[in-house]
Amino acid sequence: MTLLRPVLVAVALIALWEAVVWLGGVPHYILPPPSIVAQEFVGRGDLLAEHAAWTLIEIAAGLVLGVALGGATALAMARFGRLRAWGMPLMVISQAVPVFAIAPLLVLWLGYGLASKIAMATLVIFFPIASAFYDGLRRVDPGWLDLARMMDAPPLSVLLRIRLPAALPAFASGVRVAAAVAPIGAIIGEWVGASAGLGYLMMQQLARGQTALAFAALVVLCVIGVALYFLADALLRRAMPWVPHAA
Amino acid sequence: MSSVTAAPAGASTGHSREGQARQAGAAVRRTAIAAPAIRLRGGRVLFEGTALFDGIALDLPAGRTTCLLGPSGVGKSSLLRVVAGLLAPEPGATLAADDGMPLAGRIAYMAQTDLLLPWLDVLANATLGARLRRDPAAHAAARQRAAGLLQEVGLGERLAARPATLSGGMRQRVALVRTLVEDRPVVLMDEPFGALDAISRLQLQDLAARLLAGRTVLLVTHDPLEAARMGHRIHVMAGAPATLDAALELPAAPPRDVADPMVLATQAELLRRLAEATAA
Ligand SMILES: Nc1ncnc2c1ncn2[C@@H]1O[C@H](COP(=O)(O)OP(=O)(O)OP(=O)(O)O)[C@@H](O)[C@H]1O
Ligand SMILES: [Mg+2]
Repeated sequence: MTLLRPVLVAVALIALWEAVVWLGGVPHYILPPPSIVAQEFVGRGDLLAEHAAWTLIEIAAGLVLGVALGGATALAMARFGRLRAWGMPLMVISQAVPVFAIAPLLVLWLGYGLASKIAMATLVIFFPIASAFYDGLRRVDPGWLDLARMMDAPPLSVLLRIRLPAALPAFASGVRVAAAVAPIGAIIGEWVGASAGLGYLMMQQLARGQTALAFAALVVLCVIGVALYFLADALLRRAMPWVPHAA
Repeated sequence: MSSVTAAPAGASTGHSREGQARQAGAAVRRTAIAAPAIRLRGGRVLFEGTALFDGIALDLPAGRTTCLLGPSGVGKSSLLRVVAGLLAPEPGATLAADDGMPLAGRIAYMAQTDLLLPWLDVLANATLGARLRRDPAAHAAARQRAAGLLQEVGLGERLAARPATLSGGMRQRVALVRTLVEDRPVVLMDEPFGALDAISRLQLQDLAARLLAGRTVLLVTHDPLEAARMGHRIHVMAGAPATLDAALELPAAPPRDVADPMVLATQAELLRRLAEATAA
């Protein structure tokens, strides 16, 4: 049931799109109909897969790095007050710098290869993780902290055995957001300068008037985004069996 | 049953004060020390500018159970939290143990809510103190003790259950066991049996009275019968700012029988005082 509804919505939208293109006489280089986009998957599947692999590597590496760095930063800020005082403004400033603006710099510093894209993805993932997790670490039932205090719990113990598990649901929200924005970082990086990847493929094909192939790349990106979200969601649920989930 | 340890050493045998002080040394070792008497003077707590209580005095005699009754919202939990050191009173108050040693590290605390951690199972919740202190030897001992006590409170089959799968009364029993497993000379309990049915309440009072013997206990309750069964001294807290009346003192050792005429008379007297407190 939960799967059926989005599928139905998607099918209806695709049908509508197809109808608009044919009935409205829209030129295919402006908006190719789904049937033609589908043909690209058959004809250029190899090309799409090759570029998708690059983008996937960028996203996956960015997620691992971003989650690890964001998580570690949140834990460190929760543990050390001085770090919090200095870290928080830094984090906000880092977020205020538009990703689009630093993308060319990262390419300049790290080159056209994978590194600059991974750095971009890490950057956009870092903040949602760090801020959601840090929020969760701070917003713990004060009764638990009282209890821990009466039990003479050392601060590190309170952090790792009470605050950390209590903050996991907040961390999970951060990871879900991160999974959704991760492709953005990688794609922007590819637009600025790359020799492979779905974002690169889109730019290249649009310039040549091959709009249908660009759309096919877009579809693959959407699938990657949705798959990432559901994968993250499933893993997180399994990691937190005590958290009630809406059906 | 056999896992239940006796009261803190020295409490019932009446060791001399000097003996206790010598035993204590520099490091505070909880189980090695007898239960101290606790004295609060000049306790003053303000919430949003108004005094909840102003210059309150409370004595918790060594190795005795002091019960605290009073209308809802009068400040019982707040007073208990002051004794626990969780709520700082206004400057000028004194809170001290008669043996001159700090209270920190000697108190087991059971809050009005069960405060079970939802990600830990029943046994892990009951041994939370040892887990948090990261002491493997103490943890093993605590598990033994907790398993025995959980068996006694009727949760022997639910050691691996998550708190979310338990009823309110079951959760409260886990919180009670967690408090008793701490095995400390001073125990502060805020309505520990409030969520239980009448019969399990009596049973758990019996169990608790046995395990609390010899400890210095402050027990907040809404149930006059509970106070009459469990308390050596019973205060009714009333008024705004709240004050304590002269304590009712009961000589017989708890837990007292529900049918004991003295218990029933005490209950009636407490109800009278509570009605007075509520009317005022
Ligand atoms: N943190 C707080 N901030 C502001 N007011 C508080 C706070 N804690 C308690 N109060 C107020 O202090 C009063 C006494 O609260 P307390 O919890 O001590 O009452 P109580 O006697 O334990 O009541 P009950 O029997 O319902 O548990 C209440 O009016 C409550 O609103
Ligand atoms: Mg209360």
